[in-house]
Amino acid sequence: MQWFIYVLNGLYFTAFIFLISLGLNIILGVMGILNLAHGSLYAIGAFMAAWVIITLSGLKGVPVPLLYISLISGALLAGFVGLIIERVLIRPMYGRALEYQLLITFGALLLFEDLIKLVWGGEAYYASQPFDILGKIQILGNAYPLYFLLVILVTLIVGSAVWVFITKTKMGIMLRALSLDREMATALGLEIDKLSTIAFVLGAALAGLAGSLIAPTTPVLLGFGMEPLILAFIVVVIGGLGSLKGAFIGSVIVGQIRSIGIVVFPEIELAILFLIAAVILVVKPEGLFGR
Amino acid sequence: MGQLRWRGSILGPRFFVYLSTLVLLLILPLLLSPFNLILLEYGLALALVGLGFNLLLRYTGLLSFGHGAYFATGAYTVAMVGRYIPELYSLEMLLPLSVLFSFIVSFVFGFICVRHTRIFFAILTLSLSMLVFALLFKLYHITGGSDGLYIPIPSVFGMVFNRRPDFLSGFFYYFLVFVFVVGFLFMKAVVNSPFGKALQAIRDNEIRAELVGIRVKRYRLYAFVISGIFTGVGGALWSFVNGHVTPEVAHWFFSGEIVYMVLLGGFANFEGPIIGAIVFTFLKLYAMSFTEYWMFIIGITLIILVLLLPTGIAGGIYRLITEIRKGKTLSGI
Repeated sequence: MQWFIYVLNGLYFTAFIFLISLGLNIILGVMGILNLAHGSLYAIGAFMAAWVIITLSGLKGVPVPLLYISLISGALLAGFVGLIIERVLIRPMYGRALEYQLLITFGALLLFEDLIKLVWGGEAYYASQPFDILGKIQILGNAYPLYFLLVILVTLIVGSAVWVFITKTKMGIMLRALSLDREMATALGLEIDKLSTIAFVLGAALAGLAGSLIAPTTPVLLGFGMEPLILAFIVVVIGGLGSLKGAFIGSVIVGQIRSIGIVVFPEIELAILFLIAAVILVVKPEGLFGR
Repeated sequence: MGQLRWRGSILGPRFFVYLSTLVLLLILPLLLSPFNLILLEYGLALALVGLGFNLLLRYTGLLSFGHGAYFATGAYTVAMVGRYIPELYSLEMLLPLSVLFSFIVSFVFGFICVRHTRIFFAILTLSLSMLVFALLFKLYHITGGSDGLYIPIPSVFGMVFNRRPDFLSGFFYYFLVFVFVVGFLFMKAVVNSPFGKALQAIRDNEIRAELVGIRVKRYRLYAFVISGIFTGVGGALWSFVNGHVTPEVAHWFFSGEIVYMVLLGGFANFEGPIIGAIVFTFLKLYAMSFTEYWMFIIGITLIILVLLLPTGIAGGIYRLITEIRKGKTLSGI
């Protein structure tokens, strides 16, 4: 029954990669900007959540559910930081050449790497209480951490909510209109500035949420956001630019390959992912669900 | 007409700036401290990278975020030859080998990438360079993994150098200047050739270029490969100065630094990337020795640059010159 654990692990990887790449893809789709600082937002979420959890569990008489609710703090802070980034840095970049748009987010990435160091110091944060409290459950004769299942569940809920928001609500329809044809959307009188802010804050908050969910499972270190960002890039390349369905399928592929790869071919796991991305691009240059 | 303009530009003030820069480069070892001279060598090696990078960005309109891959190819060619075939470890062999391998890698990667433009091209080059990074990082029994590989001092036509500082501040510096000048002239010729003009036509309007009969993808691939070879040679030369190479140079973070230094110098001008490479080298090192929060300084500089001085240092200088000239004519009236 070992394979079952791999699949579950794959789903868990899928969950957190999906949250990050969903945010990246929303920003990319709506604003046409590849946010290189997305990994930093993820890291900010992780540090914030870890710090809140450690602070709370240091206090006496804190009810356990509060620990789990406090995981939202990471998403909130990342969303807020996203708001500032969008207002101060991204807004002057509309209509500027691509290289400037990329470089300004690269500048933000450098900035935030050091700001994180400044705020939370250089040491690692261990905030495993939410993970430990839930313990493990028996699934088909294997012990499996319940917290991982919780992460999958939360991602399912959040992912569905975002999907409903994008496809069913008026705001979501306006966002999609913006991503399809910016000029036409402007001509129709949509409030481009407001919509862009919403898209960016939503994307940032999703990255922050991924960070906070992951914080209890691993020590939170400096440079925490680098690897997830790369995985999210692969997802975007595989799934197609700005496609929600693509982000989902891409995350499933990346998640499952990672889960198997870590056990079967740990040395070339990341390389295999890039190879798959390259092959898909040669066969279908716009990605699986790109347009 | 074209010939007339060409001759005009060769004897113009620009020519004298080039010439005096060359003279300055040749006497600088007498003026600079060994430490600053080595920094300058880093800068010159990166200047070759910048020239190659800008052939894609300025002249072909393609923004690569993965030039670290070709840089790493050049540097690791040197390191691997040193580790596995030491009998070939001499400068006159290593440089052609780094050209060969960066040709191969940039040809394969370019073949995939030139089908795309704009942001997709950027993501694609980035992903492929991370493939190189992942391989260098994970196949540690071959590549040394995160520890990287040591770069010994190469022999040159049978000459053997014992101390790295002597080698770097003596023979190697002049060799580096020589390669830089050759690369500079070559790139100058490329961008002014019909081929270079065709690239600019592609950049300005792909469809129109195709209708005129330019083979867009093939020309882009040529530009990509030339760019990759320049970067590979820059990486190889850089590795001799550094004495050590780690997979970090294939990481997209390093590629981002390449983009940054080209923008710092000003990518709209041919000379911009050279200025940018040298200034960036000094800026980064002095920021690093000044504070542990050097990334903050680099990041803030980058943001201010993008917001306030998008044409970079070279663009600023050119604007200054134009202003002064304008001022002159005005006062002349």
